[in-house]
Amino acid sequence: MNCGSDKVIYMDNNATTRVAPEVVAAMMPFLTDCYGNPSSMHTFGGQVAGAIDEARESIASLIGADPEEIVFTSCGTESDSTAILSALQTFPENRHVITTRVEHPAVKNLCENLDSLTGHKHRITRLQVEADGMLIPDQYEESLSDDTAIVSVMWANNETGVIFPVEEMAVIARDRGILFHTDAVQAVGKIPINLKDSAIDFLSISGHKLHAPKGVGVLYIRKGTPFIPFINGGHQEHGRRGGTENVASIVGLGRACRLAAEKMEEENVRVRRLRDKLENGLLEKIPRSMLNGHKTSRLPNTANISFEFVEGESILLHMDKYNICASSGSACTSGSLEPSHVLRAMGVPFTAAHGSIRFSLSVYNTEEEVDFILEKMPEIIANLRAMSPFWND
Amino acid sequence: MWDYTDKVKEHFTNPRNVGEVKNADGIGEVGSLACGDALKLTIKVDDQGVITDARFKTFGCASAIASSSALTEMVKGMTVEEAEKITNEDIANYLGGLPKEKMHCSVMGREALEAAIANYRGVFLPMAQGEVVCECFGVTDLEIIRAIKESHLRSVEEITNFTKAGGGCGKCEDRLREILHQTVEGLQLEPKKAKKEQRMTTLQKIKKIEEVLEREIKPTLKKDGGDIELIDVDGDFVTVSLRGACAGCQSSRTTLKVYVEKKLRELVSDSLIVEEDK
Repeated sequence: MNCGSDKVIYMDNNATTRVAPEVVAAMMPFLTDCYGNPSSMHTFGGQVAGAIDEARESIASLIGADPEEIVFTSCGTESDSTAILSALQTFPENRHVITTRVEHPAVKNLCENLDSLTGHKHRITRLQVEADGMLIPDQYEESLSDDTAIVSVMWANNETGVIFPVEEMAVIARDRGILFHTDAVQAVGKIPINLKDSAIDFLSISGHKLHAPKGVGVLYIRKGTPFIPFINGGHQEHGRRGGTENVASIVGLGRACRLAAEKMEEENVRVRRLRDKLENGLLEKIPRSMLNGHKTSRLPNTANISFEFVEGESILLHMDKYNICASSGSACTSGSLEPSHVLRAMGVPFTAAHGSIRFSLSVYNTEEEVDFILEKMPEIIANLRAMSPFWND
Repeated sequence: MWDYTDKVKEHFTNPRNVGEVKNADGIGEVGSLACGDALKLTIKVDDQGVITDARFKTFGCASAIASSSALTEMVKGMTVEEAEKITNEDIANYLGGLPKEKMHCSVMGREALEAAIANYRGVFLPMAQGEVVCECFGVTDLEIIRAIKESHLRSVEEITNFTKAGGGCGKCEDRLREILHQTVEGLQLEPKKAKKEQRMTTLQKIKKIEEVLEREIKPTLKKDGGDIELIDVDGDFVTVSLRGACAGCQSSRTTLKVYVEKKLRELVSDSLIVEEDK
């Protein structure tokens, strides 16, 4: 099957990313010649374990962790569930969880279903955000309580790219003896992270958000943090996660983390500059458009822009004709009828919430691509507005 | 990505009759910015009562724009009386079908047409009356009952797909279920009178359902390690409990609706509604 990736302008990297060619190359031996089981006694299988250790080191190095603090999982969602459910089992008397209104469904829907999953009634505090997507100061500290089992706050928001002060928040939790988890799938690889002196207990990573394949994730578990496994089985990952290792993908993720470390500066300089050019250009060229999310406390690759009085799915389908890939917080793209819970939590007015488009770049994007989008978008929006009953020229 | 037909894509990419008719004889406006879709339909009607022109302005997704475009093409040249008979299914069929989650787009088209015709005649629509059930999208009980009858809706999910009711906060779900039960029961009273000799007694019905469960359904579910048990039969509402691998299975709802209900409707009575015992 040929999907024509060479023809598309891919600006949907918060959804998933291209598997880097270097990553594919690193994985290939483990899909062909080196098919042994890392748990085997024989040399043929055993040598594969060495490749996993190497990957573990690369990942630990990217986030300033110890290799033994890295546990491989199947995806970011598994990592999130593992961390939160582990904390609840560790402290079964503590039935309070603090999270935010703008979490990814992996955490949001888990928290909504905790009662039926655990058979116990839980109290969930969902921290509110301001119009720019930043957390409301003080609300967090006020909500910490003696029965709080865990705090789970994302490092960076997938829809707006807004970055939360999780390191400071983790210190506050630690001082109260409360575990802290952060869903960092959008942050790892995009911004520098150093967990060495941090108070974060759990951190989730997803491979496919940083140019590794889908189907592999990581849960960082700080040394000394009490932990109860989510998937029981063999002794893999020192008994912290059963199941034969997804060797090729783990090796791929290791390679992707080394690449991310090498390209961290490019991501934060060149990609940021491209993103800014795209963002400023769109806001300038298209009237009644606005940025969703804080201007500076934000990932370098993400721009979420609303175009008033038009609807997101319609915009995306017109962009699709030009092979431009992005996504929308519009309700009509998801099958639900309400627009993005993130934009709603920020209080983005309905006139704009339905017409939001998220551009998320990567190191593979070029200036020509940005120029092309800047050339096409004003016409797409103008055409849709011409048929909108709410638009008056 | 939605599975749109070529016709939907074509009408979305090249919408017909965009704009507003000058000195319109009928104007129909439905939906709102908050709801995520809105349609303003304007029509020109000649002395013979023939719709000579129809134009639209739509805010919404691809299927909302395509439904509006299709609607204007359909009504042009029709008499008002003919246009009045257009249903939302007609609009969807004209486009070769719509994804079920998008059926409300065709309903919006039909509602705008009704509003425009009422405006042309200078009458008020009964739609505006009734009790608002879904606060999020302002849907009334009369609209819901009508959609249940016209489009043969048999679940709360289908009501949401067609009318949007219940698609927001979800608080009105119980009320929707109640309206569904009442409306469906009411519908069944009518044909029962006409075909009295075919009416099964409740006892016959239960026996027949048990028979089909044993003979047809259980063996199939058991292949996948699942099982099913009949809990209750109340009128046309059949309550069952899924067992074994089916219990807690993510797709058990689909199994229930797509397989169990279909089989029971086919072999026992086509008005049966299967629900899971919770």
